Order: sequence, then C-alpha cells, then structure tokens
Amino acid sequence: MTRHLPLSLLILAVIAVQLLTRWTETAYYLTPLTMTAYYSLVIVGLCLLMGYAGQISLGHAGFFGIGGYLSAMLTTKDLMAFKENALIALCDKLGLLVHGQDMLGVSSLQMQPWAACICAILVTIAVAYAIGIPVLKLKGHYLAMATLGFGIIVYRLALASPLFGEADGISGVPGFPLLPGLAVSGDFSSRISNYYLAWGMLAFVMWLLGNLIHSRVGRALRAIHGAEAATNAMGIDTARYKLNTFVLSAVLASIAGIFLTHYNGGIGPSEAGIMKSVRYVAIVAIGGMANLWGALVMGALLNIMSLRGMFGTYDDAVFGAILIIIMLFAPQGLLGISLSATVKRIFRRGE
Amino acid sequence: MTLELFSQYLLAGITYGIIYAIVGIGFNIIYNTTGIINFAQGEFVMLGGMTAISLHQWLPLPLAIGAAVILVMLIGALVEILFIRWLDRPSVLRMIIITIGISILIREAALHVWGEGVRSLPYFVGNEITTVQVLGARVSPQVLWVIGVCAVMVLGLSLFFKYTLQGKKMQACASNRMAATLCGISTRNMVTLSFMLSAGIGALAGCVMSPITYTQYDIGTGLAIKGFTVAILGGLGSSMAAVAAGLLLGIIESFSVSVVPLAFQDAISISLLLAILFFRPHGLFGNKDAAGLKEF
Amino acid sequence: MLLEVNNLSRRFGGLQALSDVSFSVRQGMIKAVIGPNGAGKTTLFNLISGTLPPSSGTIHFKGQAIHTLPPFRIARLGMARTYQNIKLYPGMTALENVMVGCHCRSRAGFLAGMLSLPWTQKEEKNIRGKCLDLLALLDIADLAEVEATSLAFGQQRAVEFARALAMEPELLLLDEPAAGLNIYETAEVARLISKINGQGITVLLVEHDMSLVMDISHEIVVLSFGEKIAEGDPASIQRNKEVIRIYLGEDDAEG
Repeated sequence: MTRHLPLSLLILAVIAVQLLTRWTETAYYLTPLTMTAYYSLVIVGLCLLMGYAGQISLGHAGFFGIGGYLSAMLTTKDLMAFKENALIALCDKLGLLVHGQDMLGVSSLQMQPWAACICAILVTIAVAYAIGIPVLKLKGHYLAMATLGFGIIVYRLALASPLFGEADGISGVPGFPLLPGLAVSGDFSSRISNYYLAWGMLAFVMWLLGNLIHSRVGRALRAIHGAEAATNAMGIDTARYKLNTFVLSAVLASIAGIFLTHYNGGIGPSEAGIMKSVRYVAIVAIGGMANLWGALVMGALLNIMSLRGMFGTYDDAVFGAILIIIMLFAPQGLLGISLSATVKRIFRRGE
Repeated sequence: MTLELFSQYLLAGITYGIIYAIVGIGFNIIYNTTGIINFAQGEFVMLGGMTAISLHQWLPLPLAIGAAVILVMLIGALVEILFIRWLDRPSVLRMIIITIGISILIREAALHVWGEGVRSLPYFVGNEITTVQVLGARVSPQVLWVIGVCAVMVLGLSLFFKYTLQGKKMQACASNRMAATLCGISTRNMVTLSFMLSAGIGALAGCVMSPITYTQYDIGTGLAIKGFTVAILGGLGSSMAAVAAGLLLGIIESFSVSVVPLAFQDAISISLLLAILFFRPHGLFGNKDAAGLKEF
Repeated sequence: MLLEVNNLSRRFGGLQALSDVSFSVRQGMIKAVIGPNGAGKTTLFNLISGTLPPSSGTIHFKGQAIHTLPPFRIARLGMARTYQNIKLYPGMTALENVMVGCHCRSRAGFLAGMLSLPWTQKEEKNIRGKCLDLLALLDIADLAEVEATSLAFGQQRAVEFARALAMEPELLLLDEPAAGLNIYETAEVARLISKINGQGITVLLVEHDMSLVMDISHEIVVLSFGEKIAEGDPASIQRNKEVIRIYLGEDDAEG
C-alpha cells in the first residue's frame, strides 16, 4: 500500500537519526529533535484544519498554551492550604493527587500529572467548542481576526496572571510518568526513550490523520473546503464538521503543549504568543496547505534549525519572510511551484 | 468618582480613542480601494514615531515629523508595489497571510534598527510636567495636540474624498473598480495612493502620540488589532463611524482601568472585538444587507 | 403530493423576486418550471432547497414543512439538486465527487475514520462500487479517476448528475440540465431524465430548452417576473395565450 510508504519512511528515518547521533556522539541533538516532534503535532493538526477544512487559525498557539499552562499549573501548585476543601479531599480520595515534599521538607500536595493532563485536555475541548461555534460562522478576515484575538487573550491571561507565573511562566514542572520506567521528562537518562516516545506519538497521529483524510470524513472536509454551500445542500452538516475538525486540531495542539511542558520542565508566555501562531501557519503554508507530510517535513526542518539557533536574532523575521515569500510565489507550498509560471507572473502587466 | 478623575479618564479615553480611530480609518481607506485588510497598518504608526525620533537628532522637530511622514508614505507605496501590486486576484487567505508577514518583517526590521528600547519624541509644548486644565482635569498639552492634529486629519480626509478629484477617483475605485477603469481612472495608482495615504495618517498619528504613549518597535500589532476593532465596530468602510467607534473603544478601555487590573486592559478590547464579530459583524452603524454583499 | 409550494414570496431589498407562487409536484412526475430570464426560477430553487429563506409562504416536502430547515436537513430528507454553473469540487476526481454524494447515506465518523475500522473499510468499498455504477449508468465510468474540473463541460454535467443521484433522492431538482449542450447531448439528457424518472425519482426541472421540456415533462409551471402565469400539461401550455405573449410578444399572441 503506497499510502503507508511515507509512514514507514518516517519510522525508519527516526530510528536512523537516533542511531546516527549515537554513532557521532551528538546525542544532544535528541533534545531539539524531541521538541520538534511535539511542535509537529500542532502543525499537522493545523494542517488538517487549514488545508482540508479550509479554516484559518491565527491563534493556535493559544491551545498549546492552554494545555501546557494548565498541566504546569496543576502539577506545581501547592494545594496543601486547601486540604480541607471538599473538592480537594475528593480528588485525594480518588488518587488524583500526589503527596510530596518541597525543598524545605514541608509536605505539599499537587495534582498527579496524568490527572492534570486529562483536566487540561477536557478544558481545551470545552474552550474549543465554546470558541469554535461562534468563530467558525465567520469568514475571511473576520475569521482570521477572531482566531488572532483568541490567541492574544490566552497570551495576555498567561502574561498577566500570577497564577500562571506572569512573565516568568511556570517552572519546576515534574516529569509525567506514563508507564513503569517511561516518563516524559527532561532527565538525561531518559533522553532516548523520550525521543522515541515523542516521535512515536507523532507517527501514530500521522497514521490516524492519514486514515481520516482518506475516509468519508476526509472527503467531506475537502468538499467543504471546495464549495461549502453546495456541500451543505448534499446533506452534510458543514458547521458541525468544521467545528469537530477545529476541536480535533485544538486537542492535538493542547496535547503537544502538555507533553512539551513536562519534557522541558516548564512553560513561558511566549509559547502562547502570536509569533508562535504565525510560525505554525507559516510552516503549514510552506509545506503545502493540504499536504500533511509536506507540513511535517518542512516543520521538522525549520523547527530544528530554529531550535539550534541557526537563525539567531532573526528567528521571527525568518518565519515572517517565509510566510510572505511562499504566499507571493508559491501559495500551494514549495512542492507546487512552477518556476516559469512564477516568472511570467512577475513580469506580466497586472490589471 | 470625582469630577476630576472622571475627566482624566475621559480625556485619556478620547486621546487613545482618536488614535485608534486614525488607524481604523487607515484600514478603511485601503479596504475601500482594494478589499484588502492591511494587517501592517499599525506598523506605519510605529514607523512614523521611530523615524521622527531618529531624524530629530539632526532636524528641528517640525521638519523631523514632516520628513518622517513623507518617508513612511514612501514605505507604504513601496509595500504596495513590492508585495500587493502584481498579485493576480489573490484569495482572502493569501492576502491576510501576506500582510501579516509584511507586518512581521517591518517589526523585526525596526527591532534591528532601533533595538528593544522605549523612545519618544519630546513634548511639542513644554515638558512632561506641564499641564493645562481641561474639563476639570489636569492634562499635558500634548493631549490637545493629539486630539487636534487627528481631528484636523479626519476633517481633511473627508474634504479630500468629497471635494477633490483625486478623492472622488478613489471613491469610484471603491464602489466599482471595473467601471472606474472604464472611466480612465488608473486603478493601480489609486491603490498605491491609498496605501500612501493610510501610511501617512498613521505616521503622523504616531509622531503626535509619541510623547505620551512612547514608541517601541512592537507597538504596531496592538494598534493594528485595536484599529481593526474600531473599523469593524464602526462598520467596515465608513470613516466617520470609525471615529465614533474609536472614541467609544478608547473611553471604554480608559474607564475599564478603574475596575480591572491594568494588565488585563488589552484583553478587554479584544473581548470587545470578539463580541462584535460574533454578534454584530456589520458594526454599530453598518448595514446588515450591505455588509453581507461585500466580498471578503 | 411530494412537494407543495404555497404562496411563496421572496424580496431582495426593493426587488420582488417571487410573489405568491403556488404549485405542487406529485410523486413520480416530471415537472418543469419555465419562464423568461429573470422570472425567478433559480430563486425558486434556492428557496426550495433551503439555501435562502422565503420572505413569506410555505414549502412542504413529504408532508413536512421545510422552509425553516437548513439545506443539509432538507437534503437528508431526500432532495438533491444540481446547479446552473456546475459546482464540482476541484482537486478531487470525478469518482470522489460522486462519492461525496453518498455521504448522507453512510455513517463512518471521525473516530471510525481515524482508526480505519474494518466496517468502515467495507462501507468505503460499497460506496466506491455504488458510485462507479452510477458513473457507468451515465457512460462515463472511464473518467472515474480524472480530476473533475478538467473534464469537458458535458462530462462535468454528467458527473454532477451522478453526484446528485448518489444521494438516493426522492425529488431531484435540476437547474438547467441542458444549458451549454448541443442537440445530441440534450437528447441524451432527456433520455436520462426519463430513465431516472422511470426508476421512481420525481424530477423538478428549470430549463430554457423547449424541446426538452415539451418532450419529457408531465406538467409545466410558467413564471414571469416572479409570478405564476400558467400551469398545466405541455399541450395546454403551448396553446396558452399568456405564455405565448410573454415569450414572443403581443402580436403573436393575437394570431
């Protein structure tokens, strides 16, 4: 099945790269590579939304932020002071909380990472539905601005709120134990397992999304993108499909936020900011709007380069420039360029 | 709340409000002529202030401001020529992304030219402790400069569009481009002119507000969002309504400080934007059916 | 009565596109709506299919009031339509376009789609098979894997037709099915419509081509400037003085 070829190549490439780093003793590359995998989760989800369902989102970093900040806050905030509260006591009974000790040996009470994760995802789903219903009724500029506005509100709340650490963000986030011996954390000892975990998740999501695109739902999404009114007249509830796709992409971004926060041990307001959202859109655009694998490859390349500091202080400028260049010359993404057509277009007398 | 405090808030609201209105009008001018929402609108304001500050090192203040405005108008024209002009009926999505990209590039360029620091032009009259008494409150005379200059700009623009040939040509382009072309109006030049005009008024507003609000490389984005909010609130395309909407937004924002911590102030204007988009996208004064006919 | 239109009116600002139009469509018949340009025929279709709400009046389909329903609900009740300017999906093959038509008769959702469950795969195969059969019915099975918008005009019409049929409609709304077709293609379309009607699908069509209309319709409704002027079988319509007048002018009506 040629459809599964890219997936197999991905798995091979992931393994090959890891062995390569071991061979050349450049294991420190595994860290930015792991982070890239998580950022790619956001990107492929956004690709589904923008490329297939045709809805732009300029605030997707907001969902990343919701996931990351909530899990960070819940796993670091000391609930000891509220021990008597009924809700907290119930959580404790259900095993959702973990009793620990802070640096001074005083007992502390935080939420279990997995409980925090579930909470964060549930909140994301709720917010995505709440925002999605009115926002997806909008079109064009209005839709773009509304999503931008949403992203900025999340950013501003994170920046202004003492609960979320204001400008410093939240740090000291504990690792997220998944299975005995496997935890999402920045420990050097688990660097390799975390690398495979991240890319494994991404590969699994690519498999899921690939199936979705080739399924009845994927067809409906492409139809909605192609001609929404006509598709509605074919018996497809376009509003519901757009909404569900929006929520799905929001959840993917949120999960990326949760896992990356545990991996990095913290999160800052810039992760929810406009520049990150713009970056995600730029990568989806350059990979080819409706090209899941294109977005993945370009995203991986660009994110690695960015994380390794190859763009220096021009980091944001690079993504801004990419955005413009792609939109001007290759709106179908890099794989859709025809050089001669582009040249003709530049020199043709316009209207 | 005392009368004095009330007046302080009110005047602060009007000051910021009229600046938002100018940015909103800038959106409207370009939108009316081209159907494009120029996300980089806020950057023109920032560039105006920054350029004037730099030029002031060598030129007296009025000349520095004049030169800055002209320079930014040229940049506006350059933006249009380089990025917008030769696009062949681009989709809305493409235009949005391109103008966002332009706004980022301008901002990053400003960062590398002027650094992260906060700067400002000197007060036109007096200094930071000079005050005048207005409506029972003590405000800097700069406030009067802001309101005055912006009001003159608004007046000038409405006269321009109503009575001059160039202005009428631009209106014609806005209503029906094909018909305008058939009448011999060079729509291409009108588009460039609209960018220059928007850039110019933004730049002047940026200069005149600089002593009070300070200028920094990244003030553009926030202004663009508020300007867009104002343009939508007034009904996209209508400049007089943008003024009313701008003042409304400025005053709401100003008074909100008394109930909500300052850090959340931006969240208020964005929430207002979302509320308008969700419930009344044709704005307070716009016509629902007419708005439905506009292409996005 | 499969479809009942009662006192239907629609204004656009100052323009009265339809005033007080009433007619009904019996199950199993082919009914045509004719009239000069601007008579309100496409507006009528947009109202019936739910794309636009009426200013006043009611529409009942299978006894149910549909004038307040959104288009996708009306479609699911068993109504399909084609468009005057063909709305095929670019970037999708002819077959995929038709398969979209099957959407409302199948079930696989997000979760099932993502996990590619066995019953989902079987459903996909069935859909594929059924749509290939439809393409074969229209003699374009060999074009199944061609990108839809690169097909010739007549072929695109056929694909749109197949897509509408894939919805298994009880009522098929055809908006100028013969527009842009030559004599032979028009005759093909007439033959096809009759064949489909023979299989039990009720057809309501808007058309300018009189030979097609007179040939296959059981009943005809004539609109002019948004009002119904005449309704009846083809023979009586051809003799109707009002109809002749609006099409050919005053003098010919006298003669």
